Amino acid sequence: MLTYTIRRLCLAVPTLLFIALVIFMLLELAPGDPTAQIPLTVPPEVKAQMREALGLGEPVHIRFGLWLWQFFVIEPMVWIDNAVGTAWAEGKTRVISWQTRAPVMDTVIERLPQTLWVVAMAYLVGILIALPIGIYSAYRQYSVFDQVGTFVTMVGYSVPPFFSGVLVIMIFAVHLEWLPSIYDTTHRVVDWDSFVVQLRQMILPVMVLSLQTTAQISRFMRSAMLDALREDYVRTARAKGLSEWSVVMVHVLRNSMIPVITIIALGLPQVFGGAIITEQIFKVNGLGQLLITAIAANDLPMVQTVTFMLAVLIVLFNIIADLLYGALDPRIRYD
Amino acid sequence: MILCRRLGIAISLMCAGSAASSERGSDGQLSIIYWQAPSLMNPYLSGGIKEMEAASLVLEPLARYNETGTIVPWLAETVPTVENGGVAEDMTSITWVLQDGLFWSDGTPLTSADVKFSWEYCTAEGVGCAQVEKYKGIADVETPDAQTVVVRFDGAKPFPYDAFVGATAPILQAAQFADCLGPRAPECADENFAPIGTGPFVVTDFRPNDVAVFEANPNYREPDKPAFSRVVFKGGGDAAAAGRAVLETGEFDYAWNLQLAPEVLGTMEDAGKGKVIMSFGPLVERIVLNFTDPSSAHGETRSTTAHSHPILSDHAVRKALSIAIDRTILVEFGYGETGQTTCNILNAPELYASTSNESCLIQDVEGAKALLDKVGWTDSNGNGIRDKDGVELRLTFQTSTNAVRQDFQALIKQWWSDIGVETELRNINASVFFGSDPGSPDTFQKFFADVQMFAGSFDGTDPEAYMSGWRCDKIPSPENQWQGSNVSRYCSESYDALALEMESTGPLEKRAQLAKAMNDMLIQDYALLPLVGRGRVSAHANSLGGVVMNAWDSELWNIAEWHRLP
Repeated sequence: MLTYTIRRLCLAVPTLLFIALVIFMLLELAPGDPTAQIPLTVPPEVKAQMREALGLGEPVHIRFGLWLWQFFVIEPMVWIDNAVGTAWAEGKTRVISWQTRAPVMDTVIERLPQTLWVVAMAYLVGILIALPIGIYSAYRQYSVFDQVGTFVTMVGYSVPPFFSGVLVIMIFAVHLEWLPSIYDTTHRVVDWDSFVVQLRQMILPVMVLSLQTTAQISRFMRSAMLDALREDYVRTARAKGLSEWSVVMVHVLRNSMIPVITIIALGLPQVFGGAIITEQIFKVNGLGQLLITAIAANDLPMVQTVTFMLAVLIVLFNIIADLLYGALDPRIRYD
Repeated sequence: MILCRRLGIAISLMCAGSAASSERGSDGQLSIIYWQAPSLMNPYLSGGIKEMEAASLVLEPLARYNETGTIVPWLAETVPTVENGGVAEDMTSITWVLQDGLFWSDGTPLTSADVKFSWEYCTAEGVGCAQVEKYKGIADVETPDAQTVVVRFDGAKPFPYDAFVGATAPILQAAQFADCLGPRAPECADENFAPIGTGPFVVTDFRPNDVAVFEANPNYREPDKPAFSRVVFKGGGDAAAAGRAVLETGEFDYAWNLQLAPEVLGTMEDAGKGKVIMSFGPLVERIVLNFTDPSSAHGETRSTTAHSHPILSDHAVRKALSIAIDRTILVEFGYGETGQTTCNILNAPELYASTSNESCLIQDVEGAKALLDKVGWTDSNGNGIRDKDGVELRLTFQTSTNAVRQDFQALIKQWWSDIGVETELRNINASVFFGSDPGSPDTFQKFFADVQMFAGSFDGTDPEAYMSGWRCDKIPSPENQWQGSNVSRYCSESYDALALEMESTGPLEKRAQLAKAMNDMLIQDYALLPLVGRGRVSAHANSLGGVVMNAWDSELWNIAEWHRLP
């Protein structure tokens, strides 16, 4: 298992370098201009000087090399400096965003709390709701609960968040005036009351996001359960006189969780990618909104860094999912 | 409308009214939503409107434009003129005198050295200053004493109010930005996020593209202002959501740039929580006609002056295209109250607006047809499209991707097809269309199409630079990397002569005459077809007082006067 892990991690390095190059070239070849959003009152010659100041005059390979150097050498130095108090990165230029003229990583870290609060919470809530629904739907296949569950999850799966998001705002914020429609990222949780405020502003975005997760995972759970329920060992367990609870919850559930857990692990990187549309609708301004505004503004260093970090997470969680599979299922061994 | 009126969030709790009072910070929190959030707080590095407006809470110029477009003194004692001796008789220098007892928010005094520094900062090599045009033609800035700033120009400068005037050219603190000159500007993230200013507010927390939090400046020059102690400047979402937050849910007090369909905005305002406000400046939505041939057959020389346009070189065709358009319907359909029909490319300030082109307001399809018939554009092969000498009246019409613009394209295509002109429509992503990527064929400056539509404007109230944008030497071409504001490729010697004359003309009335003459020349030559004068549209809560909408400067220019109504 250890050699397998090491082998996979070593293989990930060239993969990631290749991904970095592909992202860079895609951004490079796509038309676009970081000064496009500047009003036409600024003359074109001035815009040309601004692009020059952003470093756009340099050839492509120099800029890619510079980004690699900044991301893999200077950024880690900054981390070490912050942790240990050394001064290795002093005076060195970090990955700088074209929009904010500030280090990209600082903005990313600033965005993490709201993304984790909202998107990760939605993922968690989604899973917690999805598992029981999936289990019961499979156990009582074709019952009214299963039919209704199938219908609701299908609706949840197919309604896009730009519709459901605005719908819940219209109902709960505009008409009922129960909940806020705009997420306050400066809010600090210090006591019970501020926690309630935080909870209230999270309800709508979490509701919209978890609808999607619930729909997806409950379908997987249901089909995994159905497969396991038909197995011979389930009949054996029943024949031995075990209670229905221990048949379903111990013998069936544990086996059917194996594929579901890997699905959940594979979905985790998306949490860090944020939720582009939902974040925009509720003004959560997490990593998803960061990425989309950077794309709109042609802020290449920001887009490159954020997408690359997502790629790292996806590759990493793929490895984790594979390892989990082996750890959970004794039949699968990698060595 | 609903019985249950629990207050939404903490913000609305704080908003629950207190009387307009005369003490600094007594009105609590002001919540502003800009759906495009500011990325930094330094207008010199950004050039974007959102950054300029956010920074205007903190950074101030020597003088600025009020809601009528008049220059009013701000940090300066008075606005220097030739009459009061502030501007030299030969127009080669201007002397600004700072008000007494001005302090930065950190408590240090504001001096003429800071003013001089702001000029040095923007004109330093390698900084890529977005407002460098404002400091064009300045030979030196002298500081005879701590209160006095003398700006010396290379030559006579009839309009000397570009530098240090308006929200786009504010004063930076020399002490704070001293280490940020030139190529080191991007290393100054902290300074760019929280500049020290003289304005009514101080940045306490800045999160790029998300939110900025301000507190009242303890050293602000008027002791009883601002009325608000804290400003939350939130970004994100879209214009509809921002409008909803002010007009329907009441979570915010002020929302900026609500370019929404008239009926959408009307419905929101009917909820009764706030007011839509607007103000008209020089922003004109226009159709630009290409005087050069964009045909790809010309390869390298397409859309250059090497080949004139086979159809649009004909004055009669250009005129027919213009009079076939019903501008009143365009305004009603796309902008409602937030747009005005216009027949001028220079439609504001009032002083410069010509009155001799009003005939364009009446659509005349029959007249257009007769005109085309007269000059020989007839439908000889019966396919519904007019032709002449084997050339058919087929045009490619491009613009940026935007709901209103696509509606306009569809309407105009219909009107033009009524007079026998076939139009092919294209829309291009705004960041590509307005970008200047030399590798992209789809920029508005390359103009590889026959007709295109966009909105244009100028900064401040003086149209000299704007009008000189149609000179022959401003035509974009491969030689100048397609940089140039004369995208219609209009070229006229008499126009250039007028532009040259304006550069050396001082008296305002004479300048206005010249500007009007240049406008009339462009319009009567049908080099471009003005469609709609577009206003700035924002909204504020009913409980917010003191808002004066301004199209000439930052919308938040008088935020020190804003207060909570009882």
